[in-house]
Amino acid sequence: MIGSGLRARFRTESSTTGGSSRSTARLGADIALAVIGVCFVAPLLWLLLASVDPQAGYQTKVPAAPSTENFRAVMTPELLFQPLANSFLLSAGTAVVNVLAAVLAAYPLSRYQSRFNKPFMYTVLFGTSLPVTAIMVPVYGLFVQLQFLDSMAATIFFMATTTLPMAIWMTKNFMDSVPLELEEAAWVDGASTLATLRSIVLPLMRQGLGVVFIFVFIQAWGNFFVPFILLLSTGKQPAAVSIFSFFGQHGAIAYGQLAAFSILYSVPVLVLYALVSRGMGNSFALSGAMKG
Amino acid sequence: MRIRRFLRLLPVVPSVLLLLVFLMAPVAWSFYASFTDAALSGKAARDPQWVGADNYVRMFSDDSFPLAAWLTVVFVAASAVLGQNVLGLLIALLMTRSRRAVASWVGTAVVAAWVLPEIVAAFAAYAYFNRDGTLNQVLGAFGSAGPDWLYSFPLVAIVLANTWRGTAFSMLVYRAALADVPRDVTEAALMDGARGWQRLAFITLPLIRSSIATNLMLITLQTLAVFTLIWVMTAGGPANASTTLPVLAYQEAFKFGDIGYGTAVASVLILLGMVFGAVYVRLLREQKS
Repeated sequence: MIGSGLRARFRTESSTTGGSSRSTARLGADIALAVIGVCFVAPLLWLLLASVDPQAGYQTKVPAAPSTENFRAVMTPELLFQPLANSFLLSAGTAVVNVLAAVLAAYPLSRYQSRFNKPFMYTVLFGTSLPVTAIMVPVYGLFVQLQFLDSMAATIFFMATTTLPMAIWMTKNFMDSVPLELEEAAWVDGASTLATLRSIVLPLMRQGLGVVFIFVFIQAWGNFFVPFILLLSTGKQPAAVSIFSFFGQHGAIAYGQLAAFSILYSVPVLVLYALVSRGMGNSFALSGAMKG
Repeated sequence: MRIRRFLRLLPVVPSVLLLLVFLMAPVAWSFYASFTDAALSGKAARDPQWVGADNYVRMFSDDSFPLAAWLTVVFVAASAVLGQNVLGLLIALLMTRSRRAVASWVGTAVVAAWVLPEIVAAFAAYAYFNRDGTLNQVLGAFGSAGPDWLYSFPLVAIVLANTWRGTAFSMLVYRAALADVPRDVTEAALMDGARGWQRLAFITLPLIRSSIATNLMLITLQTLAVFTLIWVMTAGGPANASTTLPVLAYQEAFKFGDIGYGTAVASVLILLGMVFGAVYVRLLREQKS
């Protein structure tokens, strides 16, 4: 009791003596951070202002006559909705393949001891470090040989494979945190491995699976290079590639529409990211509560 | 017993198949094709011939490959190791002292550039560095006429753009690492009269050194693979002034139709990635044990 009282008094004293220098340090940090923040926002300002300016160019300026004209111009089936639907199909497909394959692979890796586990996990980790842009030239060659070019399904499987190492790694970590005791109880009751996986393990790690799904979805949604190389017909191209239709044939670029389209195309990932970062905060809080 | 143990590993098979078909096969094919004259069209497309090490010999006699390798080194060192890494650490350190509202506002701004789809970020950077773009408007407001960045200083423009785009990752890594530094250690040093930079150099940085190593490996690998940002901003030009290895591999293979030479360049990149990947795996293993 006495000790804590002493410590408290000591703390207030030290904070009063160091108070003024600490608050100037804080002000300095605030100003430095604000300057950095402004620099990071600056390139995005153009995007926001140009999207509501029908006469937009490269310049960042407050539009003379702001209107939603650009947004209305791009909101047509062939300009916006078809490419977004393609993006959705590619990203959701990629995420589903990832989650399925990763859950299956993670289960034995997480539940059974084997000499095979460690080397496999490190090989997978090694796989995360291959530069994907470097393998696009050989992948194109491979797709030509196998006649996979312009196939949505093959593109989905390829994109899923590029994120699969990360997905397996994350899923295994999430699965490791589900206690084994619950499963053992179910086994004693005669449930099969598959049944325990479905009714006990997966529900307990659904938040983790959500994180993996959204993580893969965001990556696939933003991917430009892979569909740019592998999908040729305009009817299959996602928004990341179809965005080039705003570059006219003769160098005339519809800047305002480009900006409006960019914003509409970006909104889904911004929302998903916000969701996941909030969700992760919650799951951290949850694990903290469990420990305490 | 042995069969049972084998059956248990059965669920891993789909993942292994995917990795073999879509990751290992292209890598193997890349090394193979780099020894042929495979082409995008024409006779060499249907029936590529074995040409030995010709493509690799050409690489070092050509001017474009050594230049691209050098530009890649500069690009990675300047935008990842210096730009993203140092700026990310600086932001994370400042955040430990600043007001919470400022920290969260700046954090959102930095992360926004990172979460945006890469093509959108590339267009925003393109407009920003354009001759009439935002950067030159700001410089103009201070009375100096800025240059045509994308034409006169393409490397500076892509380095700054990639720093802008990728700093969020380092910031997040360092925020997590700094949150784990025990408070009483830094406070004890404060009591001993250690100055700010002394605490940073002798206490904080050594404590988070494993995060620094991991972060450096990961951002180096990410930056090695950057294509879209450069391709949209400068397309590797003017001439070859901003052609890094991924852009060179793309141009040789798809613009000039020389798949053999393109895969040779790609193979060098893959090897580089493998070296960094092996170091990264080693680092993590040491941390675990």
